[in-house]
Amino acid sequence: MTYKSRATHEGDVAIEATQLVKAFGITRAVDGVNLSIPKGSVYGFLGPNGAGKTTTIRMLSTLLAPDEGNATILGYDLKKEAAEIRARVSLTGQFASVDENLTGLENLIMVARLSGYARKQAKDRAYELLSAFDLEEAARRQVKKYSGGMRRRLDIAASIVVLPELLFLDEPTTGLDPRSRNHVWEIVRALVTAGTTVLLTTQYLDEADQLADRIAVIDKGKVIAEGTSAELKASVGSGTLHVRLQDPDTRPEAEQILTNTLGTAVQLSSDPTALSAHVSVTSRASKALDELAKANISITDFSLGQPSLDEVFLTLTGQPPEEEHTSEENIS
Amino acid sequence: MKHSQTEPHYQAATNDKLDEALASHPRPARPNALSASLTFAWRALLKIKHIPEQLFDVTVFPVIFLLMFTYLFGGAIAGSTGDYLHFLLPGILVMTVTMITMYTGIDLNNDITKGVFDRFRTLPIWLPAALVGALLVDVVRYSIASTIIIGLGFLLGFRPDGDVGGMLGAVAVLLFFSFSLSWVWTTLGLIMRSEKSLMMVSMMIMFPFTFVSNVFVDPATLPSWLESFVDVNPISLVVEAVRGLMHGTATSEQIGWALLSSFIIMVIFAPLTMYLYRNKK
Ligand SMILES: Nc1ncnc2c1ncn2[C@@H]1O[C@H](COP(=O)(O)OP(=O)(O)OP(=O)(O)O)[C@@H](O)[C@H]1O
Ligand SMILES: [Mg+2]
Repeated sequence: MTYKSRATHEGDVAIEATQLVKAFGITRAVDGVNLSIPKGSVYGFLGPNGAGKTTTIRMLSTLLAPDEGNATILGYDLKKEAAEIRARVSLTGQFASVDENLTGLENLIMVARLSGYARKQAKDRAYELLSAFDLEEAARRQVKKYSGGMRRRLDIAASIVVLPELLFLDEPTTGLDPRSRNHVWEIVRALVTAGTTVLLTTQYLDEADQLADRIAVIDKGKVIAEGTSAELKASVGSGTLHVRLQDPDTRPEAEQILTNTLGTAVQLSSDPTALSAHVSVTSRASKALDELAKANISITDFSLGQPSLDEVFLTLTGQPPEEEHTSEENIS
Repeated sequence: MKHSQTEPHYQAATNDKLDEALASHPRPARPNALSASLTFAWRALLKIKHIPEQLFDVTVFPVIFLLMFTYLFGGAIAGSTGDYLHFLLPGILVMTVTMITMYTGIDLNNDITKGVFDRFRTLPIWLPAALVGALLVDVVRYSIASTIIIGLGFLLGFRPDGDVGGMLGAVAVLLFFSFSLSWVWTTLGLIMRSEKSLMMVSMMIMFPFTFVSNVFVDPATLPSWLESFVDVNPISLVVEAVRGLMHGTATSEQIGWALLSSFIIMVIFAPLTMYLYRNKK
C-alpha cells in the first residue's frame, strides 16, 4: 500500500492509517494495521479479547506512540500535530475514566472547566448533559455508587462536553444489559446525526451490525477483513444450519448429503448426533433438509442461525495460510 | 446514514434533550494554566469533602506521633517530658509532615491505574496542572497537620524561646520542604506499577531518612560514620532550621541549607515528574 499524501483539513477522511505497529515485549499487539475511515460514519472494530483493538484506539487518539507506521487524523499528522488532534477528538476508554470519588455532576463540571468553560457555563453544560443522558437523579451521587450502565453514560457524557469531531468508544456496551445497551446505541446514533464520526470497538457482531457503516475485523493485531456488515456476512455465508439426528449412525450419510446440497464443508461437533454447515443462500437450507428427508434420515432438531462472531472468526481465521493472505487484501 | 434505513423504531425513541445537548456549541478557548490548576485543586478539595477519612493522616497521625514519642522517650532521653518536648517537637513536626507527603504519590498512582489520567491527557490543558492543583491542596493539608502538632505541643507544655515570627518562619520552611519532597513521590508514583509497591519503596526511603536524623537525638552522640550521614541528611538540615527558628537561635546558614536542599530536591524531581508525566505510555 502506498503512503497517502496528506489530506486537506477539509477532506472527508477522518482516519487514514498506514502500517501501524505496536509491540509490548514480544507481543505484537498491533501488527501492521491500515485503515481508511470516512467522516460522518460509524466505524466498527470487531475482534476477540487481545485482538489489539484497545491498543489501536490508544494510538489513534494520541495516548500511545506507534512503534512503526503513521496516521492522519482529521487531516492532522498523528506524530507531529498531536495537540491539534487532541482538541478535536475524544476517547471513552474501555474502563470508565471518570473520578469515582466525585459525583456525576462534579465530574462533568470538572471536565467542562478543563475544556475552557467558565464556571457558570460549565455548570449549565453539566446539567444539560446529565438530563440528556438520563442521569439527572444520580447527579449528586458519587460515581462509585453508579450502576455499570450509568457509569458508561457518564463516561460518554464526559467525552462530549465539547462535541468532538471524532469520538473513540472502546467497547461501549460490554457488560451492559439490553436496555442500557439500547440507550448507548441511541446516543451513538444521535452523535452521528450531530456530525460526529464514531469509531467503536466491540466483541459482538450484532452490535457492529446494528451500528456500524463499515467494520474491520481484527485478530492478532491484524485487520483480517474489512467491509460493510453485508459484505462480511456474505463472506461467511448468510448463516449456519445446525442439524441434530435421531440416530448417530446416519451422520456420515447426512454429512455427505449436506456437503453436496450446500456446497460447503460440514462441521461435526463432539455431540455424535449433531452437525452444522455454513449456508450462503437460505433457500439451500430447506433443500438440504428435503434431501435428508428423502434419504430417510430422521432429524430431531434443526435451526438456521445468523452467523455468530465465532463463525465469522472461524471462517476468517480457520483458513489455510495462503487463503488467509487473500482475505487480508480486502483491506485496500 | 445507516439507521434511517434499517432502524425506523429508533427514530421515535430519539429524545429531544439528547439532540439539543449534542447541537454544536462554540468551542471554548483553552483554559490557562492557572485556571486548570485551580480546577484540579477544587477536585482535590471535593475528594476531601466526600472522603473526610482522608484527613485522618493529617489529624490523628500527628497526635499519635507526638504523644507516643513524648511519653515514650521523654523520660528516658531528656529526663523530663517538658525538656524533651522543647527539643523534640520541632523534629516530630518535620517528621510527621514529611511522612504525610507520601500520600501525594499514591493519589497520582491511583489516577493512572484507574484511567482518570487518560481522560486528562486528551483534554487541551497544560498537563502539569493536574499535579500543581493537587499539590496546592496538599500544602493546605500539611498546614493542618502543623497547626495540630504545634497546638497540642502547647497544651503539653511546649514553650518555644522564639517569637511568633520564628514560629511562622519555621512552618514556612517546612511547607517549602514538603512541597519539594512531594515531587519525589510523584516521580515514584509514575514509575511504580501498583499502590503496594509504591508504598513499599516510599517507606524504604522514608524510614532511614527520618530515623537516622537529628529528629530524636543530638547527632554528636552518634558514631562518627553515622554522624556524617545525619549531617547531610536533608531532613536533619530542615529540622535544624525549624528548631532554630522556633527557639530564636537559627543562623542564616542553617536556614540557607534547609532551603537549598529543598530547592535541589525540587529542581531534580519536578522536571523528572513532568517528563515522566508527559511521556507516560
Ligand atoms: N501495556 C501493555 N503491556 C503489555 N502488553 C500489553 C499492554 N497492553 C496490551 N497488551 C497486550 O497486547 C495485546 C492486545 O491488547 P488490547 O488491549 O489492544 O486488546 P483488545 O482487542 O482491546 O482486547 P479486549 O477485547 O480484551 O479489550 C494483548 O495480548 C495484551 O496482552
Ligand atoms: Mg480492549
